[in-house]
Amino acid sequence: MTLQIVLFFIFAAVSAVTAVIMITRTNAVISALFLVLNFASLAGLYLTLNAQFIAVTQIIVYAGAIMVLFLFVLMLLRPENEKKILDMKPKLQIFAMIIAFIVFIQIAYIIFFAQPLQNISPDLTNSIKAGTIEAIGRELFTKYIVPFEAAGFLLLAAAIGALVLAKKKFE
Amino acid sequence: MNIPIEYYLILSAFMFFVGVAGVLTRRNAIIVFMSIELMLNSANLTLVTFSSYLGNSIGQLFVFFVMTVAAADAAVGLAIIIAIFRNKLTVNIDEINILKW
Repeated sequence: MTLQIVLFFIFAAVSAVTAVIMITRTNAVISALFLVLNFASLAGLYLTLNAQFIAVTQIIVYAGAIMVLFLFVLMLLRPENEKKILDMKPKLQIFAMIIAFIVFIQIAYIIFFAQPLQNISPDLTNSIKAGTIEAIGRELFTKYIVPFEAAGFLLLAAAIGALVLAKKKFE
Repeated sequence: MNIPIEYYLILSAFMFFVGVAGVLTRRNAIIVFMSIELMLNSANLTLVTFSSYLGNSIGQLFVFFVMTVAAADAAVGLAIIIAIFRNKLTVNIDEINILKW
Protein backbone atom coordinates (compact mmCIF):
# COMPACT_ATOMS: atom_id res chain seq x y z
CA MET A 1 0.00 0.00 0.00
CA THR A 2 1.72 3.12 -1.12
CA LEU A 3 0.64 6.57 0.00
CA GLN A 4 -1.08 7.20 -3.31
CA ILE A 5 -3.43 4.24 -2.91
CA VAL A 6 -4.26 5.15 0.70
CA LEU A 7 -5.03 8.72 -0.31
CA PHE A 8 -7.14 7.53 -3.23
CA PHE A 9 -9.26 5.32 -1.00
CA ILE A 10 -9.73 8.03 1.64
CA PHE A 11 -10.78 10.66 -0.88
CA ALA A 12 -12.94 8.22 -2.85
CA ALA A 13 -14.78 7.11 0.29
CA VAL A 14 -15.34 10.71 1.39
CA SER A 15 -16.65 11.79 -2.00
CA ALA A 16 -18.97 8.77 -2.39
CA VAL A 17 -20.41 9.06 1.14
CA THR A 18 -20.90 12.82 0.96
CA ALA A 19 -22.63 12.48 -2.41
CA VAL A 20 -25.13 10.04 -0.91
CA ILE A 21 -25.64 12.22 2.16
CA MET A 22 -26.14 15.21 -0.10
CA ILE A 23 -29.19 13.78 -1.84
CA THR A 24 -30.78 12.25 1.26
CA ARG A 25 -30.87 15.22 3.69
CA THR A 26 -34.14 17.11 3.97
CA ASN A 27 -32.43 20.35 5.00
CA ALA A 28 -31.06 22.06 1.89
CA VAL A 29 -28.30 23.93 3.74
CA ILE A 30 -26.83 20.68 5.07
CA SER A 31 -26.95 19.27 1.52
CA ALA A 32 -25.03 22.29 0.23
CA LEU A 33 -22.36 21.95 2.93
CA PHE A 34 -21.87 18.26 2.16
CA LEU A 35 -21.56 19.13 -1.52
CA VAL A 36 -18.73 21.51 -0.58
CA LEU A 37 -17.00 18.62 1.20
CA ASN A 38 -17.54 16.45 -1.87
CA PHE A 39 -15.90 19.05 -4.12
CA ALA A 40 -12.97 19.37 -1.72
CA SER A 41 -12.36 15.61 -1.74
CA LEU A 42 -12.58 15.66 -5.56
CA ALA A 43 -9.79 18.24 -5.50
CA GLY A 44 -7.76 15.73 -3.47
CA LEU A 45 -8.46 13.07 -6.10
CA TYR A 46 -7.23 15.44 -8.81
CA LEU A 47 -4.01 15.83 -6.81
CA THR A 48 -3.52 12.06 -6.79
CA LEU A 49 -3.91 12.25 -10.58
CA ASN A 50 -1.08 14.86 -10.81
CA ALA A 51 -3.51 17.57 -11.95
CA GLN A 52 -2.41 20.43 -9.68
CA PHE A 53 -3.96 23.31 -11.60
CA ILE A 54 -7.37 21.66 -11.87
CA ALA A 55 -7.29 20.77 -8.16
CA VAL A 56 -6.71 24.38 -7.12
CA THR A 57 -9.31 25.62 -9.60
CA GLN A 58 -11.79 23.09 -8.23
CA ILE A 59 -11.37 24.50 -4.72
CA ILE A 60 -11.52 28.14 -5.79
CA VAL A 61 -14.28 27.99 -8.41
CA TYR A 62 -16.54 25.18 -7.21
CA ALA A 63 -16.11 25.01 -3.44
CA GLY A 64 -15.54 28.76 -3.24
CA ALA A 65 -17.58 30.67 -5.79
CA ILE A 66 -20.39 28.40 -6.96
CA MET A 67 -21.31 26.95 -3.58
CA VAL A 68 -21.32 30.42 -1.98
CA LEU A 69 -23.80 31.42 -4.68
CA PHE A 70 -25.96 28.41 -3.79
CA LEU A 71 -25.84 29.22 -0.08
CA PHE A 72 -26.78 32.84 -0.76
CA VAL A 73 -29.83 31.77 -2.75
CA LEU A 74 -30.78 29.31 0.01
CA MET A 75 -30.62 32.22 2.43
CA LEU A 76 -32.97 34.27 0.24
CA LEU A 77 -35.61 31.58 -0.16
CA ARG A 78 -38.00 30.28 2.45
CA PRO A 79 -37.01 26.79 3.65
CA GLU A 80 -39.35 24.17 2.25
CA ASN A 81 -40.40 21.48 4.65
CA GLU A 82 -39.78 18.61 2.29
CA LYS A 83 -41.02 15.47 3.99
CA LYS A 84 -39.09 12.22 4.21
CA ILE A 85 -37.67 11.47 0.80
CA LEU A 86 -39.28 8.15 0.03
CA ASP A 87 -42.78 8.48 1.47
CA MET A 88 -44.39 11.12 -0.76
CA LYS A 89 -44.90 9.16 -3.95
CA PRO A 90 -43.24 5.81 -3.26
CA LYS A 91 -43.98 4.26 -6.64
CA LEU A 92 -42.53 7.20 -8.53
CA GLN A 93 -39.46 7.28 -6.29
CA ILE A 94 -38.76 3.57 -6.69
CA PHE A 95 -39.17 3.89 -10.44
CA ALA A 96 -36.71 6.79 -10.44
CA MET A 97 -34.18 4.75 -8.46
CA ILE A 98 -34.53 1.88 -10.94
CA ILE A 99 -33.86 4.25 -13.85
CA ALA A 100 -30.79 5.70 -12.12
CA PHE A 101 -29.51 2.22 -11.34
CA ILE A 102 -29.90 1.19 -14.99
CA VAL A 103 -27.75 4.18 -15.95
CA PHE A 104 -25.10 3.05 -13.45
CA ILE A 105 -25.14 -0.51 -14.75
CA GLN A 106 -24.71 0.73 -18.31
CA ILE A 107 -21.70 2.86 -17.44
CA ALA A 108 -20.12 0.07 -15.38
CA TYR A 109 -20.69 -2.36 -18.27
CA ILE A 110 -18.94 0.02 -20.66
CA ILE A 111 -16.01 0.46 -18.27
CA PHE A 112 -15.41 -3.22 -17.63
CA PHE A 113 -16.43 -5.01 -20.79
CA ALA A 114 -15.84 -2.67 -23.69
CA GLN A 115 -12.13 -2.58 -22.74
CA PRO A 116 -11.16 0.81 -24.13
CA LEU A 117 -8.15 0.77 -21.82
CA GLN A 118 -5.92 -1.68 -23.68
CA ASN A 119 -3.60 0.84 -25.28
CA ILE A 120 -3.14 3.08 -22.26
CA SER A 121 0.39 2.89 -20.95
CA PRO A 122 0.66 5.28 -18.01
CA ASP A 123 3.80 7.35 -18.12
CA LEU A 124 4.51 9.22 -14.91
CA THR A 125 6.69 12.03 -16.29
CA ASN A 126 4.24 12.84 -19.09
CA SER A 127 1.39 12.77 -16.62
CA ILE A 128 3.10 15.18 -14.24
CA LYS A 129 4.03 17.47 -17.11
CA ALA A 130 0.46 17.53 -18.41
CA GLY A 131 -0.96 18.76 -15.12
CA THR A 132 1.26 21.78 -14.59
CA ILE A 133 -0.12 25.25 -15.04
CA GLU A 134 2.62 25.87 -17.61
CA ALA A 135 1.43 23.16 -20.01
CA ILE A 136 -2.23 24.11 -19.62
CA GLY A 137 -1.50 27.80 -20.02
CA ARG A 138 0.55 27.23 -23.15
CA GLU A 139 -2.26 25.24 -24.78
CA LEU A 140 -4.88 27.72 -23.58
CA PHE A 141 -3.23 30.85 -24.91
CA THR A 142 -1.97 29.51 -28.22
CA LYS A 143 -4.10 26.78 -29.75
CA TYR A 144 -7.29 27.35 -27.80
CA ILE A 145 -7.36 31.14 -27.62
CA VAL A 146 -10.70 31.43 -29.46
CA PRO A 147 -12.60 29.08 -27.08
CA PHE A 148 -10.96 30.94 -24.19
CA GLU A 149 -12.29 34.29 -25.40
CA ALA A 150 -15.67 32.70 -26.06
CA ALA A 151 -15.71 31.44 -22.45
CA GLY A 152 -15.05 34.97 -21.23
CA PHE A 153 -17.92 36.26 -23.35
CA LEU A 154 -20.14 33.47 -22.01
CA LEU A 155 -19.42 34.57 -18.44
CA LEU A 156 -20.27 38.18 -19.33
CA ALA A 157 -23.54 37.05 -20.91
CA ALA A 158 -24.35 34.92 -17.85
CA ALA A 159 -23.69 37.80 -15.48
CA ILE A 160 -25.95 40.14 -17.45
CA GLY A 161 -28.61 37.45 -17.82
CA ALA A 162 -28.62 36.68 -14.09
CA LEU A 163 -28.93 40.38 -13.29
CA VAL A 164 -31.86 40.86 -15.67
CA LEU A 165 -33.65 37.69 -14.54
CA ALA A 166 -33.29 38.27 -10.81
CA LYS A 167 -34.02 41.98 -10.90
CA LYS A 168 -37.46 42.50 -12.38
CA LYS A 169 -40.66 40.62 -11.81
CA PHE A 170 -42.23 38.49 -14.48
CA GLU A 171 -45.64 39.64 -15.60
CA MET B 1 0.34 5.54 -11.45
CA ASN B 2 -0.15 2.21 -9.77
CA ILE B 3 -3.88 2.64 -9.25
CA PRO B 4 -5.92 0.88 -11.96
CA ILE B 5 -7.80 3.38 -14.10
CA GLU B 6 -11.04 1.46 -13.48
CA TYR B 7 -11.14 2.64 -9.86
CA TYR B 8 -11.43 6.26 -10.89
CA LEU B 9 -13.95 5.46 -13.60
CA ILE B 10 -16.16 3.44 -11.25
CA LEU B 11 -16.06 6.21 -8.66
CA SER B 12 -17.06 8.67 -11.35
CA ALA B 13 -19.88 6.36 -12.50
CA PHE B 14 -21.13 6.05 -8.92
CA MET B 15 -21.18 9.82 -8.49
CA PHE B 16 -23.08 10.15 -11.75
CA PHE B 17 -25.57 7.55 -10.48
CA VAL B 18 -26.08 9.48 -7.25
CA GLY B 19 -26.58 12.66 -9.27
CA VAL B 20 -29.21 11.04 -11.51
CA ALA B 21 -31.00 9.62 -8.46
CA GLY B 22 -30.99 13.06 -6.85
CA VAL B 23 -32.44 14.75 -9.92
CA LEU B 24 -35.19 12.15 -10.23
CA THR B 25 -36.21 11.78 -6.58
CA ARG B 26 -35.81 15.21 -5.00
CA ARG B 27 -38.52 17.86 -5.31
CA ASN B 28 -36.61 20.92 -4.12
CA ALA B 29 -35.40 22.82 -7.20
CA ILE B 30 -32.13 23.89 -5.58
CA ILE B 31 -31.22 20.33 -4.59
CA VAL B 32 -32.01 19.19 -8.13
CA PHE B 33 -29.61 21.88 -9.30
CA MET B 34 -26.92 20.72 -6.90
CA SER B 35 -27.32 17.17 -8.20
CA ILE B 36 -26.68 18.49 -11.69
CA GLU B 37 -23.46 20.05 -10.43
CA LEU B 38 -22.55 16.66 -8.97
CA MET B 39 -23.02 15.01 -12.37
CA LEU B 40 -20.87 17.69 -14.02
CA ASN B 41 -18.15 16.94 -11.48
CA SER B 42 -18.25 13.22 -12.09
CA ALA B 43 -17.74 13.87 -15.80
CA ASN B 44 -14.84 16.16 -14.89
CA LEU B 45 -13.26 13.36 -12.88
CA THR B 46 -13.38 11.08 -15.91
CA LEU B 47 -11.80 13.73 -18.12
CA VAL B 48 -8.97 14.40 -15.67
CA THR B 49 -8.39 10.66 -15.22
CA PHE B 50 -7.95 10.02 -18.92
CA SER B 51 -5.89 13.17 -19.33
CA SER B 52 -3.52 12.07 -16.59
CA TYR B 53 -3.22 8.47 -17.74
CA LEU B 54 -2.60 9.51 -21.35
CA GLY B 55 -0.13 12.25 -20.38
CA ASN B 56 -2.03 14.81 -22.44
CA SER B 57 -3.26 18.11 -21.03
CA ILE B 58 -6.20 18.64 -23.43
CA GLY B 59 -8.56 16.84 -21.04
CA GLN B 60 -7.70 19.20 -18.20
CA LEU B 61 -8.19 22.13 -20.55
CA PHE B 62 -11.67 20.84 -21.27
CA VAL B 63 -12.36 20.56 -17.53
CA PHE B 64 -11.41 24.24 -17.28
CA PHE B 65 -14.06 25.10 -19.88
CA VAL B 66 -16.62 22.87 -18.17
CA MET B 67 -16.02 24.81 -14.95
CA THR B 68 -16.65 28.07 -16.81
CA VAL B 69 -19.92 26.79 -18.20
CA ALA B 70 -20.92 25.41 -14.77
CA ALA B 71 -20.35 28.83 -13.19
CA ALA B 72 -22.44 30.48 -15.90
CA ASP B 73 -25.27 27.98 -15.60
CA ALA B 74 -25.30 28.23 -11.80
CA ALA B 75 -25.68 32.01 -12.03
CA VAL B 76 -28.48 31.92 -14.61
CA GLY B 77 -30.25 28.93 -13.07
CA LEU B 78 -30.30 30.39 -9.58
CA ALA B 79 -31.58 33.69 -11.00
CA ILE B 80 -34.41 31.76 -12.66
CA ILE B 81 -35.18 29.98 -9.38
CA ILE B 82 -35.34 33.33 -7.57
CA ALA B 83 -37.66 34.75 -10.24
CA ILE B 84 -39.96 31.71 -9.95
CA PHE B 85 -39.93 31.98 -6.16
CA ARG B 86 -41.04 35.61 -6.40
CA ASN B 87 -44.05 34.57 -8.45
CA LYS B 88 -45.14 31.28 -6.89
CA LEU B 89 -43.58 31.48 -3.37
CA THR B 90 -42.32 27.93 -3.71
CA VAL B 91 -39.37 26.06 -5.18
CA ASN B 92 -41.12 22.68 -5.22
CA ILE B 93 -40.85 21.49 -8.81
CA ASP B 94 -44.17 19.63 -8.60
CA GLU B 95 -45.99 22.91 -8.10
CA ILE B 96 -44.12 24.79 -10.81
CA ASN B 97 -46.17 23.60 -13.76
CA ILE B 98 -46.94 26.75 -15.75
CA LEU B 99 -45.52 25.31 -18.94
CA LYS B 100 -47.04 21.86 -18.51
CA TRP B 101 -50.53 22.09 -19.96
